Amino acid sequence: MLKKIEAIVREDKVNDIKNALADIGIVGLNMFEVRGHGRQGGIQLVGRAGTYQVNMLPKIQINIVLSDRNLEDAIETILKSAYTGEPGDGIIFVSPVEEVIRVRTRERGEGAMMYPDDIDTKKAKAKDDSRSVL
Amino acid sequence: MVSQINAGDTAWILVCCSLVLLMTPALALFYGGMVRRKNLLSTLTLSYIFMALIGVQWVLYGYSLAFGTDINGLIGGLNYLGFLGVDALPNGEYSKTIPHGLFAAFQMMFAVITPALITGAFVERVKFKSFLLFSLLWATLVYDPLCHWVWGQGGWLKQMGVLDFAGGTVVHISAGFSALAFALVIGPRKGFGKCPMEPSNIPLTVMGAGLLWVGWFGFNAGSALAANGVAVNALLTTNTSAATAGLVWMLLSWLDGRPSTLGIATGMVVGLAAVTPASGYVTPLAAMVIGAVAAPLSYYAMRFRDRRKLDETLDVWACHGISSTWGMIAAGLFSTVAVNSDGANGLFYGNPGQLSIQILAVIVTIVFCFGTTYILAKLLSWSVGLRVTAMEEEVGLDISSHGERSYS
Repeated sequence: MLKKIEAIVREDKVNDIKNALADIGIVGLNMFEVRGHGRQGGIQLVGRAGTYQVNMLPKIQINIVLSDRNLEDAIETILKSAYTGEPGDGIIFVSPVEEVIRVRTRERGEGAMMYPDDIDTKKAKAKDDSRSVL
Repeated sequence: MVSQINAGDTAWILVCCSLVLLMTPALALFYGGMVRRKNLLSTLTLSYIFMALIGVQWVLYGYSLAFGTDINGLIGGLNYLGFLGVDALPNGEYSKTIPHGLFAAFQMMFAVITPALITGAFVERVKFKSFLLFSLLWATLVYDPLCHWVWGQGGWLKQMGVLDFAGGTVVHISAGFSALAFALVIGPRKGFGKCPMEPSNIPLTVMGAGLLWVGWFGFNAGSALAANGVAVNALLTTNTSAATAGLVWMLLSWLDGRPSTLGIATGMVVGLAAVTPASGYVTPLAAMVIGAVAAPLSYYAMRFRDRRKLDETLDVWACHGISSTWGMIAAGLFSTVAVNSDGANGLFYGNPGQLSIQILAVIVTIVFCFGTTYILAKLLSWSVGLRVTAMEEEVGLDISSHGERSYS
């Protein structure tokens, strides 16, 4: 089963999140600049004379498609690296994905998303290592 | 007295003429940064076009209506039509030591920027064709007569002895109250008060304010029409008032939230507008009081305008009308012949009569400019219409009026 994560996060947290995901082997992602607001409802800005409310704030949306067996690892990594504890940390949406097709090789499904050093090979390697210790 | 060209005076006023010209592009940037990005080019154009429009109108007949031979104290005659007779010789009445043509050119720059100031009232929704028509009518029916009353030889307010050194009435009060009248007629922008309308580019506004300050040295110090001590005093008072108002505005903004960049830049311009009528007649210390009082007056005028849900979009009334009204009254309080022997003493120097003349000039200017503009705007609203269509407004005037956009 393929899943899509849409994580809407703080602009200044994007690098941390990207690095943390790369560390666990999630290498394919893309991002958009988005504007919006959640429960916080925006911020107050100062005009010429007095303040005004701006409710559409700039955020970054990170999109990741991955196998559902790796979903919780990815979510946990994003939750950790996107967290500040202040309002405005963002939100994560998860949804099913119908199909993935890699343009260069025409591979379909999960095979289209295999990379050397990706999360699955990392996990397999970790398993091997623990077995050899035993 | 034999009039003779003075090279120093001529060189200085040539420079001042260029400095005042610079104020119109500076104003375009100041205004442009405060509108939404879809109307940035349109807002720039509304200011820039006056360098072309009044550049022609002034030569053809504007200068003659303002400074031609007086007719009953009300208007200039047609003797300078097409700048005929506006030559390289001194013109005793207006320019004792500089060529007549230079005086006329210097005055042209004032005539250019004044209607440009008004555009802040109706940006983001005005129909360009109607705007051009209004501007030409306004320059002819409001600016040229008022300029004659206050500055023209034989003008009735000048005869009464009104003190308006560089255009408190002629430029700032006239623009400010005309802006208010026009805003009342054209109505608010679509969505005004319902959704936030954020400035597209505050750096442009800040740059514009800085250039305005530089240009204002030409505006005020140049109004001495000579390179002399009165010019130096005007430069000092101009700088002091702008500096003080900038600081006070910063504090007001801080008390209401944060010391905003846009607020500081606005305060500086308010200080400049306030001191304009008094700049050649008061001391730098008096200018500090003028700037310090102008900032809260204008600040709370803006808040008041906002509470009344009136979309006088870029606060021409609060920034220029209110602050220069105070400046005119301040000239009646703080003026002293110790600064300028061609001026007069104010209330604090034992001449209460001057204050009443100042107040009368303010009231006359407000009633004349507000009234004439209101009628002009109403007539145009009924005939050609003042606003673009709702769809054109939604798309933005850059594309719908000019077929261009600022950024691709």
